[in-house]
Amino acid sequence: MRDQTAAAAAPTPPVDMSFWGDSYAARFEPDPSGERMIVNMGPQHPSTHGVLRVLLELDGEYIVRAEPVLGYIHRMHEWMAENRTYAQFIPNMGRVDYLHALAWNWAYVGAVERLTGMEVPERAEYIRVITCELNRISSHLLWWGAYLLDLGAFTPIMYAFDDRERILDILQMVTGSRLTYSSFTFGGVSMDLPPQFIPKTREFIATLRSRLPMYKDLVTDNGILRGRCEGIGILDLDTARRYGATGPCLRGSGQAYDVRRAEPYSIYDRFEYRIPTESACDAMARYYVRLSEIDESLSIVEQAMDSIPEGPIQGKGPRKIRPPKGEACFAVEGARGKIMVMVQSDGGPMPYRVKLRAPGFSNLSLFAELAQGTLVSDAVSILGSLDLVIPEIDR
Amino acid sequence: MSMTISLADPLVRLVLALVGIFAFVALNGLVLVYVERKVAGFCQRRPGPLHVGPQGLLQPLVDALKLVGKQLLTPAKGDRILFWAAPLLAFLPVALCFLPLPFDASLKAIEINLGLVLILAFSGVNVIALCLAGWGSGNKWGILGAARAVAQSVAYEVPLLLSVLAVAFMSGSLDLFVITESQGAWPWQWYAMKNPLAFLIFIICAVAETNRAPFDLPEAESELTAGFHTEYSGMGFGLFFLAEYANMIVVSGVAAALFLGGYQGPVASGIWWFLAKLYAVLLLIIWLRWTYPRVRFDQLLNLSWKRLTPVALLVLAGTAVAVRLGG
Repeated sequence: MRDQTAAAAAPTPPVDMSFWGDSYAARFEPDPSGERMIVNMGPQHPSTHGVLRVLLELDGEYIVRAEPVLGYIHRMHEWMAENRTYAQFIPNMGRVDYLHALAWNWAYVGAVERLTGMEVPERAEYIRVITCELNRISSHLLWWGAYLLDLGAFTPIMYAFDDRERILDILQMVTGSRLTYSSFTFGGVSMDLPPQFIPKTREFIATLRSRLPMYKDLVTDNGILRGRCEGIGILDLDTARRYGATGPCLRGSGQAYDVRRAEPYSIYDRFEYRIPTESACDAMARYYVRLSEIDESLSIVEQAMDSIPEGPIQGKGPRKIRPPKGEACFAVEGARGKIMVMVQSDGGPMPYRVKLRAPGFSNLSLFAELAQGTLVSDAVSILGSLDLVIPEIDR
Repeated sequence: MSMTISLADPLVRLVLALVGIFAFVALNGLVLVYVERKVAGFCQRRPGPLHVGPQGLLQPLVDALKLVGKQLLTPAKGDRILFWAAPLLAFLPVALCFLPLPFDASLKAIEINLGLVLILAFSGVNVIALCLAGWGSGNKWGILGAARAVAQSVAYEVPLLLSVLAVAFMSGSLDLFVITESQGAWPWQWYAMKNPLAFLIFIICAVAETNRAPFDLPEAESELTAGFHTEYSGMGFGLFFLAEYANMIVVSGVAAALFLGGYQGPVASGIWWFLAKLYAVLLLIIWLRWTYPRVRFDQLLNLSWKRLTPVALLVLAGTAVAVRLGG
């Protein structure tokens, strides 16, 4: 062990800011005893799902410090918004969070509609709700599979993809694409529901409802899974609030906050649905919340299909949008939490500023605190339970 | 002076047996790769390998060819000698473990009345290879994997040994042929039926010893990228892979001989019975892998030290009393 006072007195090494230098690692100082190990988890790591990098200081396998490093998939979406017309920016939204693309699509379109005072016809609102909820289910299913993959179970993701594939087929009928949907337009949606849509969706809902109990028996009730999730990553409500956590992460800590209920938008006040919460605050609680949300979303889709009216799908409005000077915000509930888009206009054909509020960013900030003192395996479990989509965090 | 080469010469027999064993391991390795991928496909509602050869049968050959064709890289921070010694050390001891396996009543590589001890001794060498691989790579994930491998191996060899000892008590021998012969041809005469707890402990420890999911912590893909073999490319990785499969075959063979009556069957006793039982155990291990999530490291050690070891001790004591009273 080195002399503590000598280590404290030694000048800090200069931070290498050159192109090849790793300024993050240089600032992440190891402890003076020299007995701990600094490890890069990511940007190439199987369970950081894409390009998240976490600097870990390890004492054996225990994590002393964790620091997420961002920016590996930054694509300047907000800057792009300032350089194209309002309509041209719509496809970007599907690339922000590719798993719940329609929620982002909706948040942006909603903000512009609020800014220009556009009305959305009834039928379009129903189509938006149906497709957005189906998209939420597909996102939760993918999370479920990927989370179990993180925990070392290879098979569930194949079942999840099997179900998800059916949703993609259905959404393809309405939106024309399978992943990065951008079918919501200002004042409505771009395509009406095809005639086979409703029967196909009902068939899918019946299939998924019959498979969910199997998932519970095979996966949720598995002892090994419970050992890996219960009591792991305890997130108390106070911490969750301080970090601005939303979505299933917050609801897993017992707070029934859901944008669809708290700041009602569109026609969500017409449907009956529960906001699932759990009081255990651990990874298992977040797991339960997401699985219950699949049930609730299925029920919303059913109710919406029962009461969908006939009518136009596109409201009246100019083809080229030039909103008046001012700004507007629109928040929607995404699969990962509160998505908010702020659009500021200077009266021109292009937005003056677009700010995207990504729920994943706040949820990721929790990780440093939750991971402290846990094992590497637990950190993987915690990271998975936060349901992060890195492109959304980096934007 | 003329040298006669006869089958009676033990050296000739040993050389022939080693050649036979390498052929057996390589062939079974290829078959197992195919079986594993097909079973995985079956578990996951997909067809598995399908396009290379009829029903994808040539897939393992092509996989092996690909591995052979890859460049071998040594990490700059690694220890060159240890790094390349490790895959060889992983594979060679496993081959020796095949020597005392009772494939058939007359099919044996060497005459040895301590066959069980030989297998236990050489299967313990495997962990040194994993340790060297992790250390020689000069990779932090590799070292974590190696540390896990050592702790896991130490923890699971104890209950494994105890459960095997229970069988040795019952048969009164360490010779795998004698142990096999002391069981009958029918399932209720097997030690798996007579001593089910020992069999259960043996299977759990066998999965842990071969580092297979749900106990695949040394390589734990989603945690340690690939653990001890993170830095290996081409056949360096290939040898570890082959060693893992050879290890699986050995433990399944031991399970078949110790607990399932070996080569004896109700009709037409012979090597096919041994292979059928061996593959039944292998399929069980593969099935487990594609069903369960991975346990955490401390849970793994707790399972061994707090549950399996005490239970195995009790089983051993119970068996000893039963053997004394019964015999």
